[in-house]
Amino acid sequence: MEILGVSLPGLMSQLLLGLVNGSFYAILSLGLAVIFGLLNVINFAHGALFMLGAVSTWMAMNYFGINYWVMLLVSPLLVGLLGVLIERFLLRWIYRLDHLYGLLLTLGLSLLIEGLFRSVYGVSGLGYDTPELLEGATDLGFMMLPNYRAWVVLASVTVCLATWFVIEKTRLGAYLRAGTENPRLVEAFGVNVPVMITLTYAFGAGLAAFAGVLAAPVYQVTPLMGQNLIIVVFAVVVIGGMGSIMGAILTGLGLGVIEGLTKVFYPQASSTVVFVIMVIVLLIRPAGLFGKEK
Amino acid sequence: MNTKLLAKMGYGLLLLALIVAPFAGAYPVFVMKLMCFALFAAAFNLLLGYTGLLSFGHAAFLGTAAYITGYSMKFWGLSPELGMLAGTLGGALLGLLFGWLAIRRQGIYFSMITLALAQMVFFVCLQVPYTGGEDGLQGVPRGKLFGLIDLADDLTMYYVVLAIVVAAFLLIVRTVHSPFGQVLKAIKENEPRAISLGYDTTRFKLLAFVLSAALTGLAGSLKTVVLGFATLSDAHWTTSGHVVLMTLMGGLGTLSGPIVGSAVVVLIENKIGELGTFLGRITGFEWFNTLGESVTIVTGLIFVVCVLAFRRGIMGEINAWLARRKA
Repeated sequence: MEILGVSLPGLMSQLLLGLVNGSFYAILSLGLAVIFGLLNVINFAHGALFMLGAVSTWMAMNYFGINYWVMLLVSPLLVGLLGVLIERFLLRWIYRLDHLYGLLLTLGLSLLIEGLFRSVYGVSGLGYDTPELLEGATDLGFMMLPNYRAWVVLASVTVCLATWFVIEKTRLGAYLRAGTENPRLVEAFGVNVPVMITLTYAFGAGLAAFAGVLAAPVYQVTPLMGQNLIIVVFAVVVIGGMGSIMGAILTGLGLGVIEGLTKVFYPQASSTVVFVIMVIVLLIRPAGLFGKEK
Repeated sequence: MNTKLLAKMGYGLLLLALIVAPFAGAYPVFVMKLMCFALFAAAFNLLLGYTGLLSFGHAAFLGTAAYITGYSMKFWGLSPELGMLAGTLGGALLGLLFGWLAIRRQGIYFSMITLALAQMVFFVCLQVPYTGGEDGLQGVPRGKLFGLIDLADDLTMYYVVLAIVVAAFLLIVRTVHSPFGQVLKAIKENEPRAISLGYDTTRFKLLAFVLSAALTGLAGSLKTVVLGFATLSDAHWTTSGHVVLMTLMGGLGTLSGPIVGSAVVVLIENKIGELGTFLGRITGFEWFNTLGESVTIVTGLIFVVCVLAFRRGIMGEINAWLARRKA
């Protein structure tokens, strides 16, 4: 079976790969949006935190024989803890300053973290095997569905939707949204805003690490794996606008799919297509697809 | 002593030092590279320090101009002055495009858009056949300036670079002190107020962006002529991060800051390997020996320290100290 000269299984497998990439875009841009909402900091270190998730999973397996499923839980907790330290000891000092200092501080931080790991592991990829439970593929009749990739999409979408639910539908989320609008007023109501800020950053960091663990068996694990990803995620954030959680999720997934399709029909443009879309969105809707112009 | 006089003496001494440097044992190619970076940082500072716009895409202007100059001189046999003119114009045009798109959004979005656009340019540079891909353009001849002055000699090249960089720096000084520069400052301090005073701030910002991109292009072109090659690393986003660091370290919004900052950053990066070897020897800790290959650790650390504790930068601190003494 063929569509526009491309075989159906080939098309479907690229689509799925696009969805996998899109899942990472969604989780990462979601974290960026939540952090930016409360801290007013664009977290350049998000790519490095993503990398930490993947590399720590690899390290746990290679040095201690700790398996994937344990790390899926432990890695986000560890990186979340690192997030607490980063927020408490570094970011806290710059909230009253111009936005750009937050970007520069987290950029420095990511260069530092990535440089440290690079000095130990170099730049070549570290292989990580797919967990046994998810090896192989399921025959759907029209295509072979690799189990692990299906799991990545499923797990990511679940986590994204859970985050959306917590922020939009629960009391905790209401505090968070109120804190985004007016932190001083929320503090006056007796909510401990500084702790909320710390936990928000830790949560965003944990999300990035979770994506990193999911990515370990699909991508090559390298100290620089988050570097190019974070720039694409910035473009995703510009396209979606940071005002809406659901917007971030949909934009991330959608762009992943478009990127996958580009790989099939015009592979040369697959690395630039997200940026081209960003340009088009800027021309038509400068505030972003889901953004509100302030 | 009067601060202005002090500054004039400082610049005079620096110029004198640069003129005699090749005879005092400095390696001309290294100093030329330093001057190119200083020009790059000064052009960047015009935008960040004087207009308040943080562009994270300046590597694109540097890289594109370097490629245009390299390609036109190597394959079309353009003379160096035309090659550099082409590179500078290329930087300016790309700046016009970037600026036109990015100015639609404010603040942090502006930085993210410039970064994303520059990444796109990077991928284009990686893929198009004219740039030599991963290898870059090698073996660009220096040629003869105006068909008369042979630049193959390092010393001749050195004084040409010095003249161009000084001229470009004077242009920046003139711009900052012109009425146009004052409007830029007003935009930086309080954009809504500048708008209410009747200034079309979007146009001023765009003009500043194009000027900064053009001068960055000039720096890139000059670098290609001096070194004889243009590589992908010029267009990589880390180069944009680099120029931010140089400017921040020297002092945002000071004229001399970028010169000092670029010199300090380049020197640190050149000496870091030796420092690592030294630390490795005295502490017996193997890891320090690899420090030379992982410059980013040090760059990242400087970034963090500068943002947290040293935001005024070297020249900013000196200026503040002088002001305190006077008061």
